Amino acid sequence: MLKEGEVRIPSGCAIAAMISTEGNLMTGEKIVKCMVPMHDRSNGLGGGFAAYGIYPEYKDFYAFHVFFDSHDARLECEKFLKEGFEIVKSEDVPIRKIPEITDVPIIWRYFVSPMSSVLSRLQLDDREFVSRCVTKLNTKFDGVYVFSSGKNMGTFKAVGFPEDVGRFYRLEEYQGYAWTAHGRYPTNTPGWWGGAHPFSLLDYSVVHNGEISSYDANRRFIEMFGYHCSLQTDTEVIAYIADYLLRRRQLSLQEMAWIVSAPFWSVLDRPNTREAEQIAYLRKVFPSLLLTGPFSIVLGFTGGIMALNDRAKLRSMVVAEKDDVHFVASEEAAIRAIEPDAENVYAPIGGEPIIFRVKEGAF
Amino acid sequence: MNPLDYVVPHFEVIRNFDRCTNCRACERQCANDAHFFDPKTQTMQCDDSKCVNCQRCVCTCPTHALKIVENDASFRRNANWSGEAITEIYKQASSGGVLLSSMGNPTSNPVYWDRLLINASQVTNPSIDPLREPMETRVFLGKKPSETVRNPDGTLNTDLPPQLELETPVMFSAMSYGSISYNAHESLARASRELGVFYNTGEGGLHEDFYKYGANTIVQVASGRFGVHEDYLNVGAAIEIKMGQGAKPGIGGHLPGAKIVGDVSRTRMIPEGSDAISPAPHHDVYSIEDLRQLVFSLKEATRYQKPIIVKVAAVHNIAAIASGVARSGADIIALDGYRGGTGAAPTRIRDNVGIPIELALAAVDKRLRDEGIRNNVSIVVGGSIRNSADVVKAIALGADACYIGTAALLALGCRLCRTCSSGKCNWGIATQRPELVKRLNPDIGCKRLVNLLTAWRREIMELMGGMGINSIEALRGNRLMLRGVNLNEKELEILGVLHAGE
Repeated sequence: MLKEGEVRIPSGCAIAAMISTEGNLMTGEKIVKCMVPMHDRSNGLGGGFAAYGIYPEYKDFYAFHVFFDSHDARLECEKFLKEGFEIVKSEDVPIRKIPEITDVPIIWRYFVSPMSSVLSRLQLDDREFVSRCVTKLNTKFDGVYVFSSGKNMGTFKAVGFPEDVGRFYRLEEYQGYAWTAHGRYPTNTPGWWGGAHPFSLLDYSVVHNGEISSYDANRRFIEMFGYHCSLQTDTEVIAYIADYLLRRRQLSLQEMAWIVSAPFWSVLDRPNTREAEQIAYLRKVFPSLLLTGPFSIVLGFTGGIMALNDRAKLRSMVVAEKDDVHFVASEEAAIRAIEPDAENVYAPIGGEPIIFRVKEGAF
Repeated sequence: MNPLDYVVPHFEVIRNFDRCTNCRACERQCANDAHFFDPKTQTMQCDDSKCVNCQRCVCTCPTHALKIVENDASFRRNANWSGEAITEIYKQASSGGVLLSSMGNPTSNPVYWDRLLINASQVTNPSIDPLREPMETRVFLGKKPSETVRNPDGTLNTDLPPQLELETPVMFSAMSYGSISYNAHESLARASRELGVFYNTGEGGLHEDFYKYGANTIVQVASGRFGVHEDYLNVGAAIEIKMGQGAKPGIGGHLPGAKIVGDVSRTRMIPEGSDAISPAPHHDVYSIEDLRQLVFSLKEATRYQKPIIVKVAAVHNIAAIASGVARSGADIIALDGYRGGTGAAPTRIRDNVGIPIELALAAVDKRLRDEGIRNNVSIVVGGSIRNSADVVKAIALGADACYIGTAALLALGCRLCRTCSSGKCNWGIATQRPELVKRLNPDIGCKRLVNLLTAWRREIMELMGGMGINSIEALRGNRLMLRGVNLNEKELEILGVLHAGE
């Protein structure tokens, strides 16, 4: 049977997220609990979390979380890393051994900083360099998979149900201002840890529920710009699109939403407003980055999250709030499980980006 | 006649004398003079050797007394020497001439469209009903900028290189005034305006009556430069440089003097009765850097307001050629496959030169993506697109839009008899004889073309909806939506699709 990445595997899922706009730190306990009522939206073949603000003592360093198939693969990876990075810390990611999670690979984390001499020689900024190194490790090195590479954030994922994955990674010991979560229902059974979500590159992380029918059009477009879709999942290609539009093309989150979940021409043709003109421009320039088919995603980034539905709202997703904490989930029940008094429950319309940012200076 | 030159007629006209009323409609309808009244027997008779099987008499006979069948009189059966191969020898032995044919390559080589199958959603994602949900088929052809520029207030600077906006990703391909009639051109022009698409003048210039359809017209610049002048370049929505044509790659064109009459002569800007000969190459384009100069000359002449299309025939090295064209400043590449139609082409060239459009398209799209320059140009493909499923497959392989020529002529009444070069088209399409031209009513012609593309658009939307795609942009290059059948590994590799079952 073909491994994940050698074959395209669509999957259904559950997603959830929470963020404190005041920048108050929250342990991972709540987000794990939030996933429990949505147990049946996953099938035990993947669960994961992304957490922001969890490594304050190393916030200036890129935190690489890596799966290794073997000790040799780790040595190969480290040899490569040492050529371009200063490694300030290298350690096991702490786990709890539980019967629900099996076939555990070597899970390692590095806190690294790109060497300035290398950056100036390659004429790259540090983020571009890190992004290229991650792509290289994930595509050219056997048995190495970097699944988290941002600063002051981390992704934790495994094959299993999300609530078990949360216990496995001891998420109650981490404190972050924003959390996203994912439970996976893949329609194939590769059982590979790298295939679980969130998918992340630099500080962008994506959790996604849906199956985008535009996948190959998006993939073949984005691969023109140096990305390589090694997992063949929707989530991966969405993460690359986010990186391309937000970091490389310097577009805003709203502009990204207008591209990937574009308003229909019938809407844009009607009032000839300045905004409609801007959206029409983006549709003309980036037609290949329109995502069709059902999806709800939460994009995490330093200082905030964005929740977004497909343009036809073919997947459920609600948002709610309580004091400074905002919630996003596939089902309202998930939010009620951790915040029974949640207010302003709202189902965003298709293509409407819901953006929450931590107030300036609080992250 | 010398018995050595006698060729058994290809068709047999069968008349049901019980039904025939001697109304002589068939005689009046046939420009080939196949039908005649025999006063001696007081019956209608015919000369089968003059029949081209255009079906005009069959379709107009008020009592349905006529049918045309292939003549079963044959040579001794031979799997190597077909009747056609033998007959061609006789013709050439008699005339010493190059064999000419009309319309596209009719040989039995594989049609790759028929070996590709389209996907549909089941369970894991919903199909979309185009009758109930919005479904978008609008596309923009042209260069996409690689930089984002912002205004001082932070908004995006929305200036774009010139784009062609199509409501359906199908356009009418180049057919010159001269090769087809005034009424055929009028039908195409009016239908394009109504449909929000474009038709193409071909290399014969643009009749001044049709300048009013300029916003839906692509004006062509071919090697003969017939009818090219400043107003012509500026009246169209885009300019197409014709480097080659799928039906006859590597050679030019020849419109016989007999067709250069009246307005055709004026529109082409050549004297009446003179042969219009387009040279094989453009004599100012002997290499890719020359093409760049021509592209920019035309852009200068039109103040960078019009997208420039470069049309090339699909030949062996098409991917590299397209890569060169994409870097030449062209905004759109039109690829024409070896099945593409023509008014007249040397038979040997039509049937033996060039490659299938499906393979050419797949190779070009992949090459431009591998080189990271797919955004520099849009790709339009033609030769031959026969129905809406072909359009969907072409777009999934990577095309931005399609050109149709033969399909449009069929909508106007063409029966694909493949004798355009005779100039005696009984349907009023490929002729300049006034009494024949008037048989094609532009009101009806326009309506039929609009009907055809409306029907195709509906079908495209149904197919897209089935795939769970609600914008055609998300289909472009989406090769996972295709699977192959009856294809070997090499073919699958070139097409970039998986086999059915994978």
